[in-house]
Amino acid sequence: MLLRIWALVIKEFLSLVRDKKSRFVLIGPPLIQLLVFGYASTFDLNHIPYAIFNEDVGFASRQLVARFEGAPSFEKAHVLTQEKEIGPIIDKQEVLMVIHIPIDFTKNLLNHQSASLQIIIDGRNSNTATLALNYANNIVLNFNQFWANTYQWGTTPSELIVRPWFNTNLLSRWFIVPGIVSLLTLVITLLVTGLSVAREREQGTFDQLLVTPFTPTEILIGKALPGLIIGALEGFLIVILAIYWFKVPFVGSIIALAIGLFLFLLAAIGIGLMISSLSLTQQQGLLGVFLFLVPSIILSGFATPIANMPLLVQKLTLINPMRYFLIIVRGVFLQGDRVIDLWPQFWPLALIALFTMTIATWLFRHRI
Amino acid sequence: MADIALHFNQVTKIFLKGKDHLTAIKQLSFSLKKGKVTGLLGPDGAGKSTLMRLAAQLLLPDEGTIQIVNQSNDTDSHTLSNSIGYMPQRFGLYEDLTVQENLNLYSDLHGLTDNERVNRQHELLKLTALGPFGGRRAGALSGGMKQKLGLACALLRAPQLLLLDEPTVGVDPIARRELWTIIQDLKKHHVTVLMSTAYFDEAEKCDDILLLHEGRLLEHKTPQQLIQRLHNRSFIVTHQTLTKRQLHESLRTREGIQDVRINTEGVRVLVDPQHIPIKNEQESWQPITSSFEDTFIDILGKNSIQHVTSANHSSPTDNNAIKDNHHTVIAVKNLNKLFGSFQAVKNITFSVRKGEIFGLLGANGAGKTTTFRMLCGLLPSSSGELFLDNIDMRHFSSEGRGRIGYVAQKFSLYGNLSCTQNLNFFAHAYGLKGDKKKERITWAINEFQLIDYLDMNTDNLPLGIKQRLALSCSLLHEPAILFLDEPTSGVDPIARREFWQRINLLAAQGVTILITTHYMDEAEYCDRLVLMSLGEILAQGTPAEIRAMTVTKEITHPTMEDAFIHLIESHEKDIRRAS
Repeated sequence: MLLRIWALVIKEFLSLVRDKKSRFVLIGPPLIQLLVFGYASTFDLNHIPYAIFNEDVGFASRQLVARFEGAPSFEKAHVLTQEKEIGPIIDKQEVLMVIHIPIDFTKNLLNHQSASLQIIIDGRNSNTATLALNYANNIVLNFNQFWANTYQWGTTPSELIVRPWFNTNLLSRWFIVPGIVSLLTLVITLLVTGLSVAREREQGTFDQLLVTPFTPTEILIGKALPGLIIGALEGFLIVILAIYWFKVPFVGSIIALAIGLFLFLLAAIGIGLMISSLSLTQQQGLLGVFLFLVPSIILSGFATPIANMPLLVQKLTLINPMRYFLIIVRGVFLQGDRVIDLWPQFWPLALIALFTMTIATWLFRHRI
Repeated sequence: MADIALHFNQVTKIFLKGKDHLTAIKQLSFSLKKGKVTGLLGPDGAGKSTLMRLAAQLLLPDEGTIQIVNQSNDTDSHTLSNSIGYMPQRFGLYEDLTVQENLNLYSDLHGLTDNERVNRQHELLKLTALGPFGGRRAGALSGGMKQKLGLACALLRAPQLLLLDEPTVGVDPIARRELWTIIQDLKKHHVTVLMSTAYFDEAEKCDDILLLHEGRLLEHKTPQQLIQRLHNRSFIVTHQTLTKRQLHESLRTREGIQDVRINTEGVRVLVDPQHIPIKNEQESWQPITSSFEDTFIDILGKNSIQHVTSANHSSPTDNNAIKDNHHTVIAVKNLNKLFGSFQAVKNITFSVRKGEIFGLLGANGAGKTTTFRMLCGLLPSSSGELFLDNIDMRHFSSEGRGRIGYVAQKFSLYGNLSCTQNLNFFAHAYGLKGDKKKERITWAINEFQLIDYLDMNTDNLPLGIKQRLALSCSLLHEPAILFLDEPTSGVDPIARREFWQRINLLAAQGVTILITTHYMDEAEYCDRLVLMSLGEILAQGTPAEIRAMTVTKEITHPTMEDAFIHLIESHEKDIRRAS
């Protein structure tokens, strides 16, 4: 029996590796996606184009403008002289925001009065707008403190000292790259397993397999093992690249990651084999993989926090294996989680894996 | 040039396959006469499909010129290609569209006006007898009907030159006869037809034959001219005591005999012109007129036929095989299969004895494949009994499966694995290991002459070699029962012949063989057969018994094909021919 399963596994690997195209699919896209996602998908704003409309001739306004000019995230694109220029420049998306300093800015400040400052921001992408506004707020806050200290307004009643844990500089790459580990592992595993049975159905070799002494369980194991091996290899490769290429700190337990990866792969393989045994052609298989992939990424917390979702949808994410694995990966990378810390993630993942594998086995026996 | 429709002048076509140059067509020159049906014959890999595609202007020649002579002498390439109809091996029907929608679509693609369309479609539907099925999805049609619809779509524009690439492969005899009538009918409209075929009876009906081998033209003559060269070289041999198969075996290895095959009357023999074979006492030799198949073998066979000498299939039950010849191996009783409310197999009963070659014949959609799949344990039966070697198929175990060998319709091999890897995989699948495994794989490689192909991916193998490999894989574990589902469909005649020699040897060694086929001449090789139609068994018995059932005043010596068509048509009359 072991010999037979081994033969199946060898055969699966050979047919994956000997084919130029599938060899490429296994290695090329994951690496490209890792690089593209790693570099391109970031929440940080680095070059916020803005315009200054400064009506005030006083020195206070110049000091404030200088602070914006000196900030690395801001990039001055225009200097406006008339109010009517504001509208068109935002419409055409030449700048993200316009800083309007009124004529009495310096005068008010010198009189120990509060001075108002107007920021007009392009709100079409609400996420970017909020972030940019935050940055601007920070600059204004610093300016206030400096002004208060220099001109003896007295100390500000309370001061906020922010110290982010786990990701001191709040680099979004540290947040996203570990997420990619789970994303790409899922994609690869689903592709390897989701198409494997369908491909054999299409070629007619599945019937041939079924008339050999293989039992359905043996075939199932023979189909699951390559997915497990390839998924694990690719998963660890991406982890290594995340650590050494993207310099994301890895402070947790590697064993915890291995356990999580194993359970996650089992769950994904179960789903892949379910899709595979339901589809008659590779095309159907691919469509099935795609249909599963998109919602499972969105409902995993990969990009948007689960806590922000409506309650019903939050409940729905509980059956999504990627949700748990994402917590595990981020936990071991940034939080330094150990096996004990991750128990609350392991057992639901194990449960899901058990469930999907059982269903896959059942489907396998009944769809042949 | 007035009566010439297609002219090839020194055409060469080379394909690049990785680093290798593959010359598919070598300096080919010929012309097709206008209004004639020309048959294109040749073994697998002879370059038939490439020639077709060159003629259809889908490929451009590397050297030489191809001239398509238009009636209007127009040289504009667009109108030129408009006068060609081309039907590839698998015509591109849209399976989710109905028959009518497919016709409409191709009418649009060919730019037919509304008026032309109505008339033409009506004409074609009548010709193909597809009228009653206008609303049916193309995917739900039987193989033969699909081919007819494909032909109808290719004919929509009333082409002057029609190119058909194996239009009759995998089509049952009735549909084949109908397709042939349609093609003959085109001659009246002065359409020039070039068709490739694997059927010799079809070739014989053509006006002209192009015989292609390894990209070269061997012969371009009428079938009659080709047959004449074999004057006085064909005989029917019968024997007083031996069965046809035993006689076949004894004649096969005799000096001076070039080819042996079983047919209706006895064993057909083609003798060597130089050697006079020794005739045994109990044999009677009757000279007969040669057929086209003999010619084909005579021209091509000399180099390529390799006689199968040792089928060293040492099954442990070998010795019992001879004594125990009446032991029933496959028993089917009141077998039914329902797909929803559709009864695909209706209450069939038959049994197969050890060492028999048992044929399962029927038109497309007769329930053959369904029965076959139930027998192999691929499909559960709805009701009825099914025993294989006294094992109840309803509880078909892993060990049970170890006793059967199975060759699927399209020779299901792993396409991007090499021959060796395929053999290794199947050897492991059947639990062979160590020396036993080595021994069986060596046996398979020698027996099936696979040595030249070991490192090639099976996808790149010619069909005949694929068939050999598939058969060898299914024999690695020395099964007691061998299931063959249309093992010869699309395979060239020489490979088919070799194949049957092997099957004969296996049966002689006590392997029970169950086979489905579309070639009626192959039915003669079977010891017994069942004829199925619409899920029922119409006739059951030896080939001679089945032929005897259809003897009429007009046809005193029906061939298997006559018998097949007669029995099925009388049974399906009301359903099939609703028009």
